[in-house]
Amino acid sequence: MLSIENITHSIDAWLNGKFSPTVVLLLESVIVGLCVIGLFAVLGLVLVLMERKVSAYMQVRLGPNRVGPAGTLQTVADTLKLAMKEGLTPDGADKLLFNLAPFLVIVVAMMILAPVAFAKGIQIWDINIGVLYITAISSLSVVGVLMAGWASNNKYSLLGAMRSGAQIVSYELSAGMSVISIVVLTGSLRISDIITSQQDGWWLFKGHIPAMISFIIFIIAVTAETNRAPFDLAEAESELTAGFHTEYSGMRFALFFLAEYVNVFIVCAIAATLFLGGWMPLHIGHWAGFNRVMDYIPSSLWFMGKTFFLIFVIMWFRWTFPRLRIDQLLNLEWKYLLPMSMVNLLLMTVISIEGWHF
Amino acid sequence: MAFLKKYISDVLGAARSLLKGMRLTGYYFTHHKEIITQQYPDNREEMKLPERFRGEVVMLHDARNEHACTGCTACELACPNGTIKIITKFETTPEGKKKKALDTFIYHLELCTMCNLCIEACPTDAIKMAQNFEHSVYDRSKLTKKLNNPGSKIREGVE
Repeated sequence: MLSIENITHSIDAWLNGKFSPTVVLLLESVIVGLCVIGLFAVLGLVLVLMERKVSAYMQVRLGPNRVGPAGTLQTVADTLKLAMKEGLTPDGADKLLFNLAPFLVIVVAMMILAPVAFAKGIQIWDINIGVLYITAISSLSVVGVLMAGWASNNKYSLLGAMRSGAQIVSYELSAGMSVISIVVLTGSLRISDIITSQQDGWWLFKGHIPAMISFIIFIIAVTAETNRAPFDLAEAESELTAGFHTEYSGMRFALFFLAEYVNVFIVCAIAATLFLGGWMPLHIGHWAGFNRVMDYIPSSLWFMGKTFFLIFVIMWFRWTFPRLRIDQLLNLEWKYLLPMSMVNLLLMTVISIEGWHF
Repeated sequence: MAFLKKYISDVLGAARSLLKGMRLTGYYFTHHKEIITQQYPDNREEMKLPERFRGEVVMLHDARNEHACTGCTACELACPNGTIKIITKFETTPEGKKKKALDTFIYHLELCTMCNLCIEACPTDAIKMAQNFEHSVYDRSKLTKKLNNPGSKIREGVE
């Protein structure tokens, strides 16, 4: 059967027959790097178009419909425009940090991609502390944002970056708590273990109400972490023009823009992995027939379907809810999400110890 | 326990109101045939503008090329940004009396904010807002318009 796993194995075997192991490792790293860059480019184009179409439909408009069939080439044209624009560096800016920040943000996004399982057997790095690695690296992106805000030498940029910092630091907590509640159930931090533990059903359904609560908390927290509406105080078009990337133009602005969407994809991929079984098809307990039918759908499709469904939900949030004020934002985290996730984690631990989950 | 009850009811109430909002946008998303925007350049012929849409100031002329402007300059005074300039002249009536009348009604479209104050100020309803909004021209001087038709004069009986 033709699957991505077989293709990678045959490439690996072919390379091993031709070159020495060290060269094979190097070549495979290059191939993986190119694949990641390609994925980023495609994600940027697809997600921006999806966002514009979703927002248009939710606001009873048509959205982009001029460039290409039904406007599908709109984002390609936009990218072309951004690539041709001048990348301006303001006079008063800290040149090195200013130019470094967008690359830092995108590198962080690339690093989080490493332990994500895209399909059965397609994982760049199946590290044994995968979930910990993801939570650790994702908090690094605030450094890039703060760097951009500080180096721009612009009060709006700095304000936006500070807000973003406060936001990411506080919402990291409840996102981490909800991740831990799944780790408690599986007893492993390795992504592949977490996925195989959902062979007879996804944790969202197996873990009773606490799993659903932690799923909702996770979605809220990652929406805040990726600085998307209703938590987009860091950008807040109407108050801070564009927040930390006010001073950026051309391709460097495009990198920030891309990083936002790639981060959305990544957090949705993680949510899909932890709560919806990653590439694991929908299996229900011991219904062998049903499970076999579900297995016919390729695992990569399952993963992408779940991820894009979650991305759609996050876009749905963005085009429905009004922006929170900074005090409301911190209230929500410290007074509601954090206590709730603590109690929830306690419940989850009891369920796990007593073996009440399915 | 009262505070705990309030806390939980707060959370549930918030969740309910958020879901209500999401249901509305979800309804819009799944019913995208009911587009409310006008597909402007495509529907130029059949486009329907709202009745009170304000595109530009025009002066009404009837079939005999007569208007109702007495040249009182009320609109010029009402205009907040000097869009209107009225040049008056003196006409002699058949009885030999001198009477002020409109010579040229100059309208600077490029300065106009479509605030409608001149139309409200006009005592004789000589001017009104038209719906034409395609004002782009290649030369700025084309935006300075003369509103009264050449050879037009004031309608009989309008004071």
